[in-house]
Amino acid sequence: MSTISAPIETPLRGFLREFAQDRVAIVAFFVLALIVLLALLAPWITPQDPYDLSNLVLMDARRPPGYVGSKGFTHWLGTDSQGRDLYSGILYGLRISLQVGLMAGAIAFALGASLGTLAGFAGGRIETLIMRIIDLQLSFPAILLALVLAALLGQGKWPLIAALVTAQYAYFARTAHGAASSERSKDYVEAALSTPLSSVRVAFRHVLPNCLPPLIVVATVQVANSIALEATLSFLGLGMPVSEPSLGMLIANGFQYMLSGRYWISIYPGIALIVLIVAINLVGDQIRDQLNPRLKR
Amino acid sequence: MLAFIIQRLMQAAVVMLVISALVFVGVYAVGNPIDVMIAPDVTQEIRDQTIRAYGFDLPLWQQYGNFLQRLVTGDFGRSFVYNMPVLDLILSRLPATLEITLTAVIGAALLGVPLGMFAGYAPDSMAARAIMGVSVLGFSVPSFWIGLILIFVFAVNMGLLPAGGRGATVMWFGIEWSFLTGNGLKHMLLPAVNLALFKLALMIRLARAGTREVMLTDTVRFARAAGESEWTILRHHVLRLIAIPLVTVFGLELGSTLAFAVVTETIFSWPGVGKLIIDSISTLDRPVMVAYLMLVALLFITINLTVDIAYAALDPRLRARKST
Repeated sequence: MSTISAPIETPLRGFLREFAQDRVAIVAFFVLALIVLLALLAPWITPQDPYDLSNLVLMDARRPPGYVGSKGFTHWLGTDSQGRDLYSGILYGLRISLQVGLMAGAIAFALGASLGTLAGFAGGRIETLIMRIIDLQLSFPAILLALVLAALLGQGKWPLIAALVTAQYAYFARTAHGAASSERSKDYVEAALSTPLSSVRVAFRHVLPNCLPPLIVVATVQVANSIALEATLSFLGLGMPVSEPSLGMLIANGFQYMLSGRYWISIYPGIALIVLIVAINLVGDQIRDQLNPRLKR
Repeated sequence: MLAFIIQRLMQAAVVMLVISALVFVGVYAVGNPIDVMIAPDVTQEIRDQTIRAYGFDLPLWQQYGNFLQRLVTGDFGRSFVYNMPVLDLILSRLPATLEITLTAVIGAALLGVPLGMFAGYAPDSMAARAIMGVSVLGFSVPSFWIGLILIFVFAVNMGLLPAGGRGATVMWFGIEWSFLTGNGLKHMLLPAVNLALFKLALMIRLARAGTREVMLTDTVRFARAAGESEWTILRHHVLRLIAIPLVTVFGLELGSTLAFAVVTETIFSWPGVGKLIIDSISTLDRPVMVAYLMLVALLFITINLTVDIAYAALDPRLRARKST
């Protein structure tokens, strides 16, 4: 493959080159990048701040796509039951979905990876205790756990993130545990432990980085999952507060109007949600295939 | 073996105790339940009376003790909203949930296993790719969204099927069932399909992975050498070899379908247990929430216990190691 004149290929560069060769993954990646960009730029590229209730005109409520509102701009995707411009609502909703999904994913990653590495590295009683709890938790469906917690903790961004983290950290912990306990028996760990380094340092600076590839795969799946879970909870009325509608809540708000044929209120936020989740999953699939040594050709 | 079962039973009991404490603290200690039950403008006297009647004046650990005592005798209290014993309320909603979950899981298995086996038998064919595409969608698209689309297409646009409710029911053994009437079946179809799609995707994946592995083994090679037709090989050898993991997952999925039923029942206003729990969360009907959570915990612990014991019975190594 490599020619003599080619620059030395770092693992990262090799990874990116291989990623770029898969057409589906690269399209998914650019779609994902576009979504993130739209969400980040939302305040500057939307005609209306959907959270500012004084901005909403009830007369403009439930208008079909293409309707020119009383404020003078065109609602390309129509308006919802409160006269909210759906295009603006969707971009702001994407912000919330991404924010909640990434934060929940990151906290669950940190918590689960630490617990799992600790269990796999320490062994003995600590391992048994931690993994028993994790296994027990994994036997309950995540959605049920999140549902109950969201109901108990009340509405708001942080209770919601706490519910998502509780529902998801166990997946990271199990993966980290599996990887860490197989790393534990390797020679480099023995070598590191024979030096005066503290065992905590060995666990987190030496073992944990070697457990990262499977954890990264779990992370992509779990970010997509927590976005879907957040939308589901908000759809059921247990997620974000009404004043900050996420995609799930926009869909829920439109549900009752769908039966009378006003499809756009639910359908467009839904399409945005699906495109986001599928794009993350496709990118994640490709990363998984590349990091899995068994599938290497 | 007996020692192993006893040990596992004791573990399960400890877990139930921990869960009951968590549920109790979560549901009763967060917020003030008394505010939900009585109007804010009643006299102080009535207020005190109610507090004493429900035992809210006792210290928390004593309330928990009473709560446990009532649990053991099967008394979950009365629903604040329906004013009837919670257990009766949940049992009256259970048939509706069982009806659609069983239909969904069995339907998914009957359809998913053959499709998955085909996709594993001819992985490069166009049909197999289409099947796998459907299964990816079933995995990544949230089920509430699929439910919405089903309603939009089949109920609103085409007007073929009802969008919600249970339809006509028939009494059978003193319980109302929908699947015995044509109208009820029509109402069942969309929620059951909605619930089945995720299971279908799972069954397809499992059957495909199993079939791909088994097709490469000597069993299949010898069967081919013996002149058996491909159809016979698939039906007699492959299906039998992949059946054990499929049956395990099937059993486990029956339990978790209950959790997904919450979403589906809400969308299709199907009057089952899932709809009941969502309604009771929004009306703060605490006894119903507690009873539901405890019953679900009991269900999952029982399933896990059964799986553990079944595995131990099948694998003597596990049995010897765990009981020491």
